Amino acid sequence: MLADTVRFSWVDGPGNRYVLFLQGCNFNCTACHNPHTIPLVTHRARLVNVADVLAELRPLHHFLSGITVSGGEATLQHRFVHDLFLAVKSEAELAHLTTFLDTNGSAPVSTWDLLLPVTDGAMVDLKALDPDLHIALTDSPNDDVKLSIQRLAEAGKLHEVRLLLVPGVNDTDDQLRRTANWLLSVDPAMRIKVIGFRGHGVRASARHWPEATAERRREWQSVLRQAGVRRLDLV
Amino acid sequence: MSLEGLQQAVRAAVEDPTLTYRQRVQLLASLAENALDPPPLSPEAEEALDKRVICDMYEGNAPYRPRYVLPDYAAALRNGSDFLELAPPTDIDEALTFLLAMYANVPSITGYPVYLGNLDELLAPFEASVSDDALHRKLRNFWITIDRTMPDAFTHTNIGPDDSRVGRMILRITRELKQVVPNLTLRVDPDRTPDDYVLDAVDTVFACGAPHFVNHPMMTADLGERYGVVSCYNSLLVGGGAHTLVRLNLKEVVLRTDKGIEGFLHTTLPAYVGLTAELAATRIRHLVETARFYEHSWLVEEGLIDPDRFTAMFGVVGLAEAVDLLQEREGRSGSYGHDDVANALAHTITEALADLVDDAPLPYCSANGGRAFLHSQAGLDSDDGFTAGTRIPIGTEPPLLEHLLAVAPLHAYFPSGVSDVLAFDETATRNPQAVVDVVRGALAEGMRDVTFNLDSNDFIRITGYLVRKSDLADLPEHGARHGSTLLGAGSVERSHVTKRTVKRVISLESAPRRAR
Repeated sequence: MLADTVRFSWVDGPGNRYVLFLQGCNFNCTACHNPHTIPLVTHRARLVNVADVLAELRPLHHFLSGITVSGGEATLQHRFVHDLFLAVKSEAELAHLTTFLDTNGSAPVSTWDLLLPVTDGAMVDLKALDPDLHIALTDSPNDDVKLSIQRLAEAGKLHEVRLLLVPGVNDTDDQLRRTANWLLSVDPAMRIKVIGFRGHGVRASARHWPEATAERRREWQSVLRQAGVRRLDLV
Repeated sequence: MSLEGLQQAVRAAVEDPTLTYRQRVQLLASLAENALDPPPLSPEAEEALDKRVICDMYEGNAPYRPRYVLPDYAAALRNGSDFLELAPPTDIDEALTFLLAMYANVPSITGYPVYLGNLDELLAPFEASVSDDALHRKLRNFWITIDRTMPDAFTHTNIGPDDSRVGRMILRITRELKQVVPNLTLRVDPDRTPDDYVLDAVDTVFACGAPHFVNHPMMTADLGERYGVVSCYNSLLVGGGAHTLVRLNLKEVVLRTDKGIEGFLHTTLPAYVGLTAELAATRIRHLVETARFYEHSWLVEEGLIDPDRFTAMFGVVGLAEAVDLLQEREGRSGSYGHDDVANALAHTITEALADLVDDAPLPYCSANGGRAFLHSQAGLDSDDGFTAGTRIPIGTEPPLLEHLLAVAPLHAYFPSGVSDVLAFDETATRNPQAVVDVVRGALAEGMRDVTFNLDSNDFIRITGYLVRKSDLADLPEHGARHGSTLLGAGSVERSHVTKRTVKRVISLESAPRRAR
């Protein structure tokens, strides 16, 4: 079940990428920018199969570094993702494309067992390190998210961890330091992308949340740098 | 012009406070040349020229030097020069001095050389014994000297397709100095140019708008191994060049037919291609037979250019408007760049044009079997009311992929160059590899030339050359050291080059996913 595709994206992994946004998410994030992709079924989504996607990819392959499956939550449709990635890797013309996942990290170990052999990299969102705060922000616990981060890092396939920071909600200096410490304990060279919350497109419940000032963003940066984060992107 | 009119114009040039001394000298030379009557044309061609359906690019009434000259600098360095009284250089200092001396003696339509050579290749025999620091200092001084002594952004140098220490250093210096002179092209061969080198070049574009990227395999297939990219993406033979550049405005041609597409293609277009060819032939004859340039050029005498490696360039502009007008006449609304039928029509017109130019013999054009090279002409500062070359009109460009797919099929028809300028926003700087992908994809798709600008830096591509926005701001009061900046001001005023549609790439975080 596909929500949409973007044929050229410069913000969903390395290089120019074809991105599929799958429909349906098991989290219910207050700060979600695309809440219409959360329900599993909606009239806006359409059913596609692997062959459909390959047909769209073929004329574009020479423009691309790879494909990224995002969502919604990509790993909920792990069978499709697996078959798609395998098909890409099996077709000579497309085999140069790297296969990436943009995920909330909630997939269980068995899903990673299936996906890792055909996945080149993953971007994982960590909404909060603190379990209670994670539940407050997403309606879900974060144990599996932390396990996924560890598992992907061990496999050398964790492209980056993304922190969506909302001023006054999940961005105290202490929270940032603890998050950085944990991530660096998993991988000292962890690449971390900090994304400042933006109100555009979110649901009413998050609309009163503030966007970070330039000064606060500089503070995030310095706290994370002091905690030892070397590979840091702030967008 | 009456004698009195000429005197007034000369007086104005002499007293213009915004022109440098050299700019005044050039203007005075041009006024003198244009005091002569142009070589005579048929009444039909005269009328078409007067109405600017066809155009001589204001090269001047008495052609006395070729428009573009591409000397064989490698041969000069190898053999030394009697004219310059210089022996073959033995080290990099001598080589750089040799080149500067030679540049000062190479004519072109601008008064400055438009081609400085493939510098990585030229300096390869001399660079090995030079340390990185020394190479940096020497090339940096060389670059500064070029900018200050040849203040004209049509002056162009080439690097690639192979990676090299000199090429890397030139990119670094280009980023450091942020000059608009010299213009720079990276020749890209997918099999020879490493990604990492293209990436270095992309980062350089982010810093200062150059280089331009050219499809090396496509160029060598059309022009042979010895080619160079000069001025605003004019690709020509090294050791040769172009006598002249004339151009045809397709929009004006459509306005001169009351028929539909068939009438345009089979009657009106052939007639005006004929008149454009007549204009070219007349100007070539003046250059070769009357001014006898090639009979008294030291470059010919020393074998650094060969008249047989020259041809003319047949430029075209206004394709977008021509397509849209014809679409309207056929009762169709789709416009060029946005509609498959319109894009197909653009292709049909270009193909017909290429065939017609191929059927129009010209004198002294041995470099292309007695024919002109078709060229998608990047515009003049004075242009108004039509779009340069075969570009999609500024401000109406579609999203990136659609843009590339619309224009790429046309590039095959323009062996002497075609440029479509893409504008990217800041997102690109965070993911330069994505731009490398786009450049490589565009070349694989059949694009001959790829140029992009970052919307947010100080540099802006006018037709193909660069100006600094900050120089334009100073212009009204202080004038400009670079003659091309003066031209750029006209373009900004008239053709809205500052309003190119910036390619915003859909961002998961900032743009809602739209259904398409």
